[in-house]
Amino acid sequence: MPRIPLTWLAEHVTVPAGLTAEQLAADLVRVGLEEEAIHAAAVTGPLVVGEVVERTPEPQKNGKTINWCRVDVGAEHNEPGGAPRGIVCGAHNFDVGDRVVVALPGAVLPGPFPIASRKTYGHVSDGMICSARELGLGEDHAGIIVLATLGIDAPVGTDARELLGLGEEVLEINVTPDRGYCFSMRGVAREYAHSTGATFTDPALPLPPAAPGGGFAVEIDDRAPIHGVPGVDRFVAQVVRGVRATDPSPTWMQRRLQQAGMRAINLAVDVTNYVMLDLGQPLHAYDLAKVAEPIVVRRARVGETLRTLDDQVRTLDPQDLLVTDSPGERGGRIIGLAGVMGGGDSEVGETTTDLLVEAAHWDPITVARTARRHKLPSEAAKRYERGVDPQLAHVAVARVVALLVEHGGGTPDEAVTDLDRTTAPATIELPADLPARLVGVPYTADEVRETLTQIGCEVSGDGDVLHVLPPTWRPDLTVGVELVEEVARLRGYDAIPSILPAAPAGRGLTEAQRRRRAVARALADSGLVEVLSYPFVGVDQLDALALPADDERRRAVRLLNPLAETQPLMRTSLLVTLLDTARRNVSRGEQDLAVFEVGLVTLPVAGAAAAPQLPGGVRPSDEDLAAVVASVPPQPRHVAGVFTGLREGAGWWGAGRRADHTDAIAAAELVAGVVGVPVTLVADADHAPWHPGRCARLETTDGVVVGWAGELHPNVVAAHGLPARAAAFEVDLDALLAAAPTEPLQATEVSTFPVAKEDVALVVDAAVPAQDVLDAVRTGAGASEAGDVLEDVRLFDVYTGEQLGDGLRSLAFSLRLRAADRTLTAAETAGVRDSVVAEAARRFGATLRA
Amino acid sequence: MSDDTPSLSPLDEAGIAAAVDAALAAVAAAGDLDELKSARIAHTGERSPLALANRGIGALAPADKGTAGKLLGAARGRVQQALAARQEVLEAERDARVLVEETLDVTLPAQRHPRGSRHPLETLQERVADIFVSMGWEIAEGPELEAEWFNFDALNFGVDHPARQMQDTFFVADDVAGDAGSGTAAGLVLRTHTSPVQARTLLERDLPVYIACPGKVFRTDELDATHTPVFHQVEGLAVDKGLTMAHLKGTLDHFARAIFGPEARTRLRPSFFPFTEPSAEMDLWFPQKKGGPGWIEWGGCGMVNPNVLRACGVDPDVYSGFAFGMGIERTLMLRHGIADMHDMVEGDVRFSTQFQAVI
Repeated sequence: MPRIPLTWLAEHVTVPAGLTAEQLAADLVRVGLEEEAIHAAAVTGPLVVGEVVERTPEPQKNGKTINWCRVDVGAEHNEPGGAPRGIVCGAHNFDVGDRVVVALPGAVLPGPFPIASRKTYGHVSDGMICSARELGLGEDHAGIIVLATLGIDAPVGTDARELLGLGEEVLEINVTPDRGYCFSMRGVAREYAHSTGATFTDPALPLPPAAPGGGFAVEIDDRAPIHGVPGVDRFVAQVVRGVRATDPSPTWMQRRLQQAGMRAINLAVDVTNYVMLDLGQPLHAYDLAKVAEPIVVRRARVGETLRTLDDQVRTLDPQDLLVTDSPGERGGRIIGLAGVMGGGDSEVGETTTDLLVEAAHWDPITVARTARRHKLPSEAAKRYERGVDPQLAHVAVARVVALLVEHGGGTPDEAVTDLDRTTAPATIELPADLPARLVGVPYTADEVRETLTQIGCEVSGDGDVLHVLPPTWRPDLTVGVELVEEVARLRGYDAIPSILPAAPAGRGLTEAQRRRRAVARALADSGLVEVLSYPFVGVDQLDALALPADDERRRAVRLLNPLAETQPLMRTSLLVTLLDTARRNVSRGEQDLAVFEVGLVTLPVAGAAAAPQLPGGVRPSDEDLAAVVASVPPQPRHVAGVFTGLREGAGWWGAGRRADHTDAIAAAELVAGVVGVPVTLVADADHAPWHPGRCARLETTDGVVVGWAGELHPNVVAAHGLPARAAAFEVDLDALLAAAPTEPLQATEVSTFPVAKEDVALVVDAAVPAQDVLDAVRTGAGASEAGDVLEDVRLFDVYTGEQLGDGLRSLAFSLRLRAADRTLTAAETAGVRDSVVAEAARRFGATLRA
Repeated sequence: MSDDTPSLSPLDEAGIAAAVDAALAAVAAAGDLDELKSARIAHTGERSPLALANRGIGALAPADKGTAGKLLGAARGRVQQALAARQEVLEAERDARVLVEETLDVTLPAQRHPRGSRHPLETLQERVADIFVSMGWEIAEGPELEAEWFNFDALNFGVDHPARQMQDTFFVADDVAGDAGSGTAAGLVLRTHTSPVQARTLLERDLPVYIACPGKVFRTDELDATHTPVFHQVEGLAVDKGLTMAHLKGTLDHFARAIFGPEARTRLRPSFFPFTEPSAEMDLWFPQKKGGPGWIEWGGCGMVNPNVLRACGVDPDVYSGFAFGMGIERTLMLRHGIADMHDMVEGDVRFSTQFQAVI
């Protein structure tokens, strides 16, 4: 994101003396340019201009020669008594009388590299004479800086930080995608003026059009525009001959580039970068000797490749727009990826004397796609894809040419190539009251007009509708609401009042939302801790659950760009990730766990049609909309829980109780109970990850399977490093909610007649599930002559033993009998008992235990 | 009855008085219920002097029977009364002593069943939902794996918008694990914001619409102290006739006060989002900010872009609307001084169990 050195900004807009980066940030944020960072000054502490008054070369044993110098750094900094300071210096490119840059003890140079007095080569060196590189001013470290060679004449003792711009804080701002013009000092200066009312001077006022003809030949041949927009609508080029292109650029320019976060390279490259940073127009300088007329702008052909400036060979895509030249075949050689990066072949090199300077206005979408396709987020691409002022190209080329001539000598050709196919921005019809209607501040039409004029619009029409012509640097302004934002932004968001709107009366939470809350609360109340886990899983996690190869839960949605290559799938079951969460807790020392999670799982539909690609901005047809909705795979909400270790802790009261399958089953039944759906348990010997002998399937009375609960398979327990006998449940909460009663529960009257208690112990085959026997007890009790008198039945004892015989067990039930309208007689209660036994005998051959 | 028992004449007034005195003394001297029982037997039992004397009344001359009866009746009554009174005192003393003896250490741990708890991100979302429900808004929901059209196109993100590119968004492949597929995009993404619910809601419901949508969203950020690839947002949307940014500001201020207390307020700064115009970043005035009260970023908002309304079949010339979104994690971190994302997302029970009280 752009960095704004304050002194550079001040060239285009008046700023108050002593403006700090912090204050600048506060001023800019009001108009929507947010602070990203404030970069500290490159050098802190004393850095001053010194004059070498004595220089004694001293050869050393290691073959090097050092210079023992006396340097006058001014009265304030010289030694007590006024004597110049003694400094050891390894460089030799200076002499007595030269003015140099001296870092005194206490200074900190980039690195950070703190300077202190130190003993070296038999002297106390009381500071350092600095090279350009040591100050972060460039790569040059062949010698120290001699100020005269930079054209700087400053008295001894002058603060060199200020002199060289090294003491400056730099503000980095965040530019939103709609404000491409703020990727320049020109744009930011304009916004600063909008925020503070300071006077802005546009550094890029349009030039008179170039005389047609005579320039370097350029042809545009775009046969595959994207969305019908030509790849380029402005191409400006000019030749400069006899330039010292590879000389270093002036120090001030290097310094500014560095402050802005770019590296100084050579004059040609630095000047194009500098003008880009200043005005916002990316530019390119070709070695004229390596470019053959005509330049042809065209799309890439299948199979073409290009070695870019970063020395990568890239295979091009037919959508890539190219700058080519014509050494043989017309347009036969590629010299750059338009708006993204130049090619290596036409790069400025040691032999370069003549330059071709190019600035163009490329189609933002073409540039954006190419930059992304080749992963080249260059400074140029960053600007083009956000929108560059189409009228800048000519001004920018002229600036570059002028700077090259000023600092590198040379003569520009008079002829300028300017292929200009740009069109003026479209006029926007803005209802004068729209800003007031949308923002809620009563802006007058005059205020609206004045504000839009301030940002560079031409406003005409004085009725209810204003005709607004946006400036060329604001390609983001195309419709009325965008102008509304400009009005609100410049008049200040602070002016917007705070009014709470009165919504129509609502219906509160839906039944499903209320029930889901109740489920989570009930589980927490029964001692489970709610946790959350990421939905990303890998095949190894499905393996750890011992899911069979053909298990539906292995058919998972796959992400194209997962965070971890090992976890590319979306979970199809909550337990996959919840068991990992349990493992993490156990490994952190929590052996006794009861955790639950409520979340979505993704269940892809085999052979589902892909989503149709539809545009935004228009409502799709009902058919298309239905296809979009149908393309989204079902994502039912599940609830799952895991129990490990002790469910009830050991304590002073005695031993604890280990969690087992019943805890999982009870929790699943609790979930169903809270939702209000009766469920039955069915033993399920074939459902991973559960123990085949200790797993219950939960079914509604309609036979809909809503979940499983029980002890986990020992292999699964081991694979997750959990304490033995861990248990778990997973319930499809959406399926339960779908089965939930829609009518309010109807209460049964509470009878006040006396209760009759009856215990029945039934001996049945041990393989008969208790649930089935219980069902028989209920049916039998209901079938007696006493009628519907079974108030409650509980299984209170299970017994197996020799006296019963092999393979048999006794299930003892306690029945509470009560009639709504009378006291039950002894004969009636005995009848219930007989009827129960008879039903169990009929179903399972049960006998009454003697 | 043996003959050698010294007997007391039923008419021996002084002797009877002495026997009563002896009985009363014995009763008074009884230190516990056992001693009292012995005193009862000795002084009112069958072989006690008073009982024996009483029995002797029958042998008296008829004229003396009345006198003796009265005399002994009064005497025995006094003794019985004393016994009963003493019995009551000693029983009360015994009961009190039993309670003292039954004293236990009531500071021994009482919680035999471990307590559970909700995850605070979930409870906070419910709290947020309640605030909007109290304003008459409703809570809308949508899928987490979403069609690109809902996540992007309907919200005015063009196909070339940077936010659609790979660096932020999890894209879904057109195959599923185990099946053959081309391995290209399926037109589906993990939703990058809760905003697709805006589009779904506008397409499904009649106007006006006032909805909040708390939910899970996804971005391709690695987990660190301040980022998580899976996080939660709450989205608000109101579409009605005559809504302005002032209504947006009023709603945000109310919400901020409901969550952070009466001192909280919000500030809007110009910004950019494809689905709103004008757009704003929202800052929250946070009195509890570390290092002193100040503004902190809380979310984004703006007036619903007409293109979004059109994509949802709403006429932007008749209706206007506002939308906003903020991070639940950030809200929770601010409110409860949580410094590191890891604690919220790793599922460590020690984090959740801190939030057993109502938050």
